[in-house]
Amino acid sequence: MNKTYLIFRHEFSLAIKRAGYIILTLAVPVLALLAIGIGQLVTSLSQSPETEILLIGYVDELGLVNESLDEGYARFIPYASKEDANQALGSYEISTYILIPEDYLSAETIQRFTLENESTTSPAMVGLIWRFLSENLLRDAVSPEVLDRVVSPLNLKVSRVTAQGEQAIEQKSFFNVIIPGIFSLLLSLSLMFGVISLVNSLGEEKESRLIEVLFSSVSVRQLLVSKLLALGLAGLLQVLFWLITTPLLLQLATSLFGGLLNDIEIPTSFLLLGTLYFILGYLLFAVLSIGVGAITPTAREGGQLSMIYVMLSFVPLWFASLLFAFPNGTFSVILTLFPITAPIQNMLRLGVTDIPLWQILASMGLLILSITLGLYFSIKIFRIYMLMHGKRPGLKTLIRHFKDA
Amino acid sequence: MTAVKINHLYKSYNGNPAVKDLTFSMNSGELLGLIGPNGAGKSTTIKILLDFLKPDSGDVSIFGEPMNETLKNLIGYLPEERGLYKRLTAIDQILYFSSLKGMDRLSAEAKADQLLRRTGMLESKKKRIKDMSKGMGQIIQFIVTVIHDPQLIILDEPFSGLDPVNTEMMKNFIAQLRDEGKAVILSTHQMNQVEELCDRVLMINHGREVLHGDLLEIKSNYKEHSVRIDVTGELGDLQGVIQSKVERGITELKLSPETTPQRILDQLQEKGLTIHHFEVKKPSLHEIFLQIAGDHE
Repeated sequence: MNKTYLIFRHEFSLAIKRAGYIILTLAVPVLALLAIGIGQLVTSLSQSPETEILLIGYVDELGLVNESLDEGYARFIPYASKEDANQALGSYEISTYILIPEDYLSAETIQRFTLENESTTSPAMVGLIWRFLSENLLRDAVSPEVLDRVVSPLNLKVSRVTAQGEQAIEQKSFFNVIIPGIFSLLLSLSLMFGVISLVNSLGEEKESRLIEVLFSSVSVRQLLVSKLLALGLAGLLQVLFWLITTPLLLQLATSLFGGLLNDIEIPTSFLLLGTLYFILGYLLFAVLSIGVGAITPTAREGGQLSMIYVMLSFVPLWFASLLFAFPNGTFSVILTLFPITAPIQNMLRLGVTDIPLWQILASMGLLILSITLGLYFSIKIFRIYMLMHGKRPGLKTLIRHFKDA
Repeated sequence: MTAVKINHLYKSYNGNPAVKDLTFSMNSGELLGLIGPNGAGKSTTIKILLDFLKPDSGDVSIFGEPMNETLKNLIGYLPEERGLYKRLTAIDQILYFSSLKGMDRLSAEAKADQLLRRTGMLESKKKRIKDMSKGMGQIIQFIVTVIHDPQLIILDEPFSGLDPVNTEMMKNFIAQLRDEGKAVILSTHQMNQVEELCDRVLMINHGREVLHGDLLEIKSNYKEHSVRIDVTGELGDLQGVIQSKVERGITELKLSPETTPQRILDQLQEKGLTIHHFEVKKPSLHEIFLQIAGDHE
């Protein structure tokens, strides 16, 4: 049997049996299920009868209010004076009250009284008071339809049209960012664990001299290519597992929460490109890890050194808000093309904009080139340093050895 | 058949020579002791032989060919330290490494059982390496080294961690491999092991060959002009003896150049002493090494 296949099978079996791999693979859907459960718990608690109706008092010195607003979940209760309202507030009959002063129409100011120590009024409370005042101000001046539009003026929906003037199928929305965002985070986690796993495995093999036994049977190329492919397949299986469980979880979440989650859709382009970026990202990091595993004498040192490029790959996540604001800006394009940041950056970017085709092709081309060159040089470095244990070579030594190889 | 041939091998690390002009060859059916102190260049020589390291200059051939991937299946290598997966069981380990040497699973399983039984490890076949003692791990490592019936076997400190019983078992095993026609290189700094097992010795120090040849010839070339005796009765003065010392009941007599051991034996008989032991002293490999190393310092 082909030795590359034998090592691949062995390494793949070791990779998927590692506790870290199993925990990470299962942790994602389990955590999502937990989040859904907590969400459901919070929703059911917030719908309990005790908190269902919000009682808001008001003292109308102007004589503006004809009819008290009853929204079902909020009711406005009149009080003749501030003293009466204060008494009701103090005895918890109402949660807050407002004072409509005589000069409200000219002075605009409305005062709100509460027992709580609040720095600002919540938007929900502002909305309720705004609606209450608007309805009472306009009730006799406009028709009920106009009054409805004043209170709720628009439900804004955006459609994308193609250059030919036809309506396009897909349209980015805030919710479309959720899935790519989640997958960028998952890729980051997966990359980090993959890198740690490979660097550890190479470090242990060097430290224990296992590498010598292996190289007395196979070539450096056979060993490293097999490791790379095995780790790549393990990573891909992880993503496939998440891809299968995500729609099921979304369905579950939608049935529980409905509404907003119905708007989430996973674009086909994302599935295809996202998977490609995931595989290429995994391979690039695996190749870099081989180089690091070769020059570092212990698994621990290898793990520390590999954090440099792992952290560098997280740059798109650190600057996510900038990316959302300027998805096609120069910084965004640089991160798209730079091989180390490209996988995570482009997954995020696919959620907020359409990446120009040339940028996709260029970034994938650069990734493939980096993987090929990385593999070539990593094998060379590994050949030089595979037997080294005890100390790490300095940069000068590394360059000299590299030239000699 | 020439199993290994090394010609004028040089290797240095950062300008410090590790192997200097080393030349030797060995045939199938030979057991060569590669000896020398720590840092002598033994491991570097082995690593060049296995193609882990490239020499600065010189040629290496295995069974008449430069090292290549096909030849790897003919070689069994036992490293100085354990080279096993700690979390794998003994049998999984043996089967994996045997597959890398080109063995099919069925014959590997049968051979593994046979070797495990012979080494008394059959009951531990499903034990993980991390749960084994150092000696047990060493036996598994040895099985991994020889399971594929290699024609060239390189053993780097094979007795490390073994108790006396297992050391003896391993020695018999190694001798049998030699008798079956395999070429065996035994690298160690324990010279007594080499003395017991090897036909030929290659001693290196500071990367250079200091002694090479048949073990018996070497010993007779380096024999000291001394006899060791154990007698009952008063020894008195003996002609031709320039120095005597007693160690654990045995008297060692250093002779003058013109005196022969026979002359001493005659004197002992003339004195009517009861002779329990009379031996012309031959130096141990260790003593020869100390003498040579001293000469080279």
